[in-house]
Amino acid sequence: MSALEPVIGVEIHVQLRTRTKMFCGCELSFGDPPNTHTCPVCLAHPGVLPVTNREAVRLALEIGLALGCEIAPRSIFHRKNYFYPDLPKAYQISQYDVPLCGRGRFTAVAEDGREIPVGITRVHLEEDAAKLMHLGGSGRRAGAERSAVDFNRGGTPLVEIVTEPDLTSAADVAVFLRQLRQTLLFLGVSDCNMEEGSMRADANVSVRPAGSTALGTKTELKNMNSFRFLERGITAEVERQRATIAAGGRVVQETVHFEPETGEIHPLRSKEEAHDYRYLPEPDLVPVAPDPAWVDGLRAGLPELPQALRARWVGEMGLSHEDADVLTESPELAAYFAAVAAEADPKAAANWVRGELRAQLRERGEEPWQGNVTPARLAALLGLLADGTLSVPGAKEALAEVIATGEEPAAVVARRGLGQISDEGELTALVDRLLAEHAAQADQLRSGKDKVLGFFVGQAMKATQGRADPGAVSRLVRERALGG
Amino acid sequence: MIDEETVRHVARLARLRLTPDEQVTMQRELSGILTHVDVIQGLDLDGVAPTTHVIALENVLRDDVPRPSLPPAEALREAPEVIEQAFGVPRMG
Repeated sequence: MSALEPVIGVEIHVQLRTRTKMFCGCELSFGDPPNTHTCPVCLAHPGVLPVTNREAVRLALEIGLALGCEIAPRSIFHRKNYFYPDLPKAYQISQYDVPLCGRGRFTAVAEDGREIPVGITRVHLEEDAAKLMHLGGSGRRAGAERSAVDFNRGGTPLVEIVTEPDLTSAADVAVFLRQLRQTLLFLGVSDCNMEEGSMRADANVSVRPAGSTALGTKTELKNMNSFRFLERGITAEVERQRATIAAGGRVVQETVHFEPETGEIHPLRSKEEAHDYRYLPEPDLVPVAPDPAWVDGLRAGLPELPQALRARWVGEMGLSHEDADVLTESPELAAYFAAVAAEADPKAAANWVRGELRAQLRERGEEPWQGNVTPARLAALLGLLADGTLSVPGAKEALAEVIATGEEPAAVVARRGLGQISDEGELTALVDRLLAEHAAQADQLRSGKDKVLGFFVGQAMKATQGRADPGAVSRLVRERALGG
Repeated sequence: MIDEETVRHVARLARLRLTPDEQVTMQRELSGILTHVDVIQGLDLDGVAPTTHVIALENVLRDDVPRPSLPPAEALREAPEVIEQAFGVPRMG
């Protein structure tokens, strides 16, 4: 039998960053006491009418435009019917066959530059369900003695993004989701906080013989709250399906749950008729027909998105895909890096922002754009490094000082005497002394052991607390030892 | 005529418990409705856009401006049971 390859599509839910709910004026909240943000509309009292939040439509349109989707000239809401206590109307207002945004495409780029094109099936608007609290017992769902409903979250505007089954590995899913999340962050449409549930992802997973175009039976991996768990969950589910088929069994269409602690996959108790949602057009809401001028204005106003920024930085600045990926992690970091790179060597800027700066700031719990190291100060520091005023260790020390005090790098270097020693006379005296003190190593060098050169450079750095210009030291050691 | 099993299925989805008599009535009435739909489906409706809404209104949108929510005690007044300021419901899961 030929190898079985995974075929994966994902569904992503994001809570939109509006002030109020999708269909009523209750304020959005997170972490407030239960049921402090409810009204007759979001509690589904009889006789109330929902009214669509214009801002939610705007944010959904921006997502659709950023993903290259067709915008529907006229879109309607549907009722998705099912009974569950987190849904007071016994239906969720969602969209069905006429979503706000239709077909689009998003191309993720892996660390090695490989493109991962993913078709977007649709982007639609809906409302979030309320939060069920499971009380008593072990605190976990299965052990709960009672349940209670907090309707604060009920009615929060959600966008659901559905992809085509175009992904072929768990790792690609992780790259795609991470870069999609970055795009949403750049758009400013959502917090995309997976832990708080403002971004959730489900994966539809199936396997098929490599080279085949038919789709196998899929299972749905539900509600993973981190990309890492989702990646591990998909890997585990693909293995389970392969093993099932290898053992002569068949994959059953069902919803499965991944247990991160044990790494196991469990089927969720399949609810009979769970997928018979009896969609019907929502009679309480009129269609949304976005004015083409509005849509054009939104398209023109989109910020430069991370996929475009990454391509530009790789192409124009010569950054690696990995550097570009890390530096577009958030709009704040990207703006910070761009400001540094405008005034310093971009590759050095990338190295220092990614590496030393973040490492030093991490100890203080700060982000680059928050603290004392303004882009201008980091650029100035990199300038001192580039022109030889500072050695690398000296620059690291100066950076620590700038972080602590907010002083200008040049002032720090002057005050602390961190400048690199490249004075020929001073270094020559130092090298002569070292050659005399380490006569054995000097002899080795003379007998052609070039490796010993590094020893002398190291000694020179030690003697000057890292301030000696290593290039000059290296040259002088040769000259003085070999008489060259 | 739709069959009994379909009636039971639809009733289950709607959380309705039907007596045998009601079951028979529902089967007859639902079948009548579907027969009527069949009549409509038999018409030549090419070029007629599906009607989802009978009022000629579009884009009734609301500005994203908060309005006061209910005091929790008021929101919870009709709750069958209140647990920690939340609506008590049968155990789920």
